[in-house]
Amino acid sequence: MALFEVRDVTVRYGGVTALRGANITAEPHSIHGLIGPNGAGKSTLFNVATGLVSPNQGRVYLDGEDVTKRSPHGRARRGLARTFQQLELFGVLTVHDNLLVAAELHARRPGGSGDPRTAVGAMLERMNLSSFGLARADHLPTGIARLVEVARALMTRPKVLLLDEPAAGLIESETEALGRLLRELAAEGLSIILVEHDMELVMPVCSTVTVLDQGEILATGTPDEIRANPAVVQAYLGASAGAAQ
Amino acid sequence: MSEFLTYTIVGLVTAAIYAIAASGLVVTYTTSGVFNIAHGAVGMFGAFVFWQLRFGWNWPTWLALVVVIGILAPLFGCGVEKVLMRNLADASEATKLAVTIGLLIAMEGAALWIWNPQDARPFPPFYVNNKVSFFGTYVTWTQLITLGTFVLCVLVLWFILYRTRIGIDMRAVVDNRPLLMLVGGNPNRASRLSWILGSSLAAIAGILIAPTLQLSVAPLTLLVINAYAAAIIGRLKSLPWTFVGAAIIGLAGSYVVGYLPVSTVGWLQNLPLAVPIIILLIALLLQPHERLRGYIVRRSRESFPVPSWRLSLTGAVILIAVCAALAPVLTTQPLYFLSTGLALGVIGLSLVPLLGWAGQISLCQMTFAGVGALAFAHATGGGSLLGLIAAFAIAAIIGLLTALPAIRLRGLYLALATAAIAELFDSWIFGLPSVTFFGHTLPLFESGALPIARLSLPGINLTSNRTYLVVLAVIFCIFGLLVVTIRRSRFGRALIAMRESQAGSETLGMRTTTLKLGVFTLSAGIAGVGGVLLAGVQTQVTPTQFSFLESLPLLLLIMAGGAATVGGATFGALALGVFGYIGTISTFIYQIAQLLPGLVGVGLGKQPNGVSADISAGLAKLAAWLPGDIPGRLGLASAAAAVRVSGPVSTGSPPSTGGSPAGPGPAIAGGGVADAGISIEGRH
Repeated sequence: MALFEVRDVTVRYGGVTALRGANITAEPHSIHGLIGPNGAGKSTLFNVATGLVSPNQGRVYLDGEDVTKRSPHGRARRGLARTFQQLELFGVLTVHDNLLVAAELHARRPGGSGDPRTAVGAMLERMNLSSFGLARADHLPTGIARLVEVARALMTRPKVLLLDEPAAGLIESETEALGRLLRELAAEGLSIILVEHDMELVMPVCSTVTVLDQGEILATGTPDEIRANPAVVQAYLGASAGAAQ
Repeated sequence: MSEFLTYTIVGLVTAAIYAIAASGLVVTYTTSGVFNIAHGAVGMFGAFVFWQLRFGWNWPTWLALVVVIGILAPLFGCGVEKVLMRNLADASEATKLAVTIGLLIAMEGAALWIWNPQDARPFPPFYVNNKVSFFGTYVTWTQLITLGTFVLCVLVLWFILYRTRIGIDMRAVVDNRPLLMLVGGNPNRASRLSWILGSSLAAIAGILIAPTLQLSVAPLTLLVINAYAAAIIGRLKSLPWTFVGAAIIGLAGSYVVGYLPVSTVGWLQNLPLAVPIIILLIALLLQPHERLRGYIVRRSRESFPVPSWRLSLTGAVILIAVCAALAPVLTTQPLYFLSTGLALGVIGLSLVPLLGWAGQISLCQMTFAGVGALAFAHATGGGSLLGLIAAFAIAAIIGLLTALPAIRLRGLYLALATAAIAELFDSWIFGLPSVTFFGHTLPLFESGALPIARLSLPGINLTSNRTYLVVLAVIFCIFGLLVVTIRRSRFGRALIAMRESQAGSETLGMRTTTLKLGVFTLSAGIAGVGGVLLAGVQTQVTPTQFSFLESLPLLLLIMAGGAATVGGATFGALALGVFGYIGTISTFIYQIAQLLPGLVGVGLGKQPNGVSADISAGLAKLAAWLPGDIPGRLGLASAAAAVRVSGPVSTGSPPSTGGSPAGPGPAIAGGGVADAGISIEGRH
């Protein structure tokens, strides 16, 4: 069984079906890309995965346990962390305190790395965010704020990390650096699901890519298979390539 | 059968009045997004003005009605919308509520000023002696007129909402405000009309109910609670369900009086008054669970500085020193008001973690204070320190019991639930001399004014008012430092995080429900201690000291001072003391002092941080001018740095640095913090 699995999930909002029988899995040491046009259901899938939305059908498994009925915080305590497409930083707190809140929630979990403040310092250092430590989170440029959300999610020492468009608002060099960081994290054993529109980031770092369109899985495969899939090119990649020109 | 019919008619007539009031509330809320706590106060004012025209100046009834309902009430609604409410579209729920609370207090103060409450004002119902026979019982013309007025109001509302262009705009605003603007509609015009309609409907309800309630300020103002209940049953948007709600409340109240042994069973004696409140609580608890949503993009205008120890300790020493210096020289009255201010300050401190950080609006802090005072009075009798602990514990338990059902509510609904709990205590529990459960008698306020011993501390004689003032200052500072400690702790950070993003907090692993229960419990406990200290100032307690309406000015002034800081709570509480004192100078100034908290609250829409933010910014600027390390010694250095580094508090989109949409930097993130708009928050 996969470390993390969303199995056969359907979500309906009134008459609109946001997800229809969607599946996705995540394994340790790997990055799984989740791509698709806006409105395809990617964020809804993350909301189901983290317990913010209850699915009409389907299950969510984390580390061999069915967590479909578990609360968002129950899942977080079992090693699931995420970032948000629309930022959910603690705006009036400093960057340092944003991370500290997360670290303190998990300080007493077995395998804790000692003093939360030391861990926060180390994480800020690692993400090159030290100079922003005392800045208020709601005063940050969007790109930096997204990185702070990634750093905050990492403070929970997750097994599975769901990233919702972390590169939106980053310039090219920053996106490259983010790619390096994601590879490092995967190499350390983390299991990552990455929602992203920037194919320059997705295709090189992901071992598997799933394409979602209008709530349904269109294809799953290696980046090369996905690039060669005519249905995917028609629904998404072709359009994005056209837009890029 | 005829008895049942009589109770049904009485119930339906009351229901008609509640329905008129509630429909005004719903129309205003849905269209303008502001829940008008002062709706009952508008009705009260309308009834008083009508009385003045009709009975004071002997105008013909029809003319008085036309002037009040057709001219003055609409003008008032129009003015309120234009002056107060239009700026509130982006304000937080707490600020919106505070502004209407301010309006309530100001109108209450104005009514007491214009119409001396000592004078009798007979308000005979319309055509009370004419009645018609109806299936073996009688229906008075008054009752028929009330029911007819209700039908007329429904027809007028229906016509405006469904048969006029602006009515379509009003319904469109409810669905989607931006979309209405895109198609050329005018939400402000719709909003203004909703305030006009709301004021007129409130005035009609006030005039209709005044004969039964008598023409007095507080009961008419609190009529709004009964209207809330009906409006909540209509989920604040459906008028038909609001009318069903009003019918349930009216009939239930009437049948309780008719069929329950309210005059013989002791604890039932005040129940009829509490029926609408109990229904309100049930309706609130049956509200569908609001889905925990992400995607609430909110830029806070509020600031949450981390207080430094040095600044906090300096403040504490100064406060105690000033009180110690003033204690021997102050005359009785200033001494009394300063002591009251400090005791209220402790209750105000209870709002700092709850409202200031966690963003949970509680309108029942005075109720918790009252519970604390009662516990202290009855627990040990002698006013020992043990009694103080009992007061904390029992108030905390009541806080927890309040929070358990209310906790799933947020924002406005939580505020209304706490208001309902405050009213439940006011109209029912605090009115009982004692309660007997399973043979155990729990004494309450007994004969009304309950004597209470002052806190006694070993080695200190607290019978002197002067010593008591100094001890109050010390206790206030202890609790102030406790609150500072909490702000600097994990708990304090978690509370602010929860308020900033509940979805973010939950997905990080925070148990937000436990956290909310925790902060409610702690806050109620602190309020309980404040209640003991307040009772000690007069060495007696009365239920009115701890009424719902008493919670409002305190809440407002704490918010005006700055609810997120101890300094703000200190400022707010001392301002209440000062307002009380200047009120003793002359009757005229007393009247103005009654208005002041309201005016302060009304001003909150402009400066949500409260004045303490301005004061600390001013102090910091001053510190920047001081030579050498004086600011550092006073703990002002960090504040000064904040002023130097920070730009204006950003309320718009985040500033970009340089030409790129992201920050500059070699690796993932680089660059400095000294960009405009990035501020440095206190020290760690």
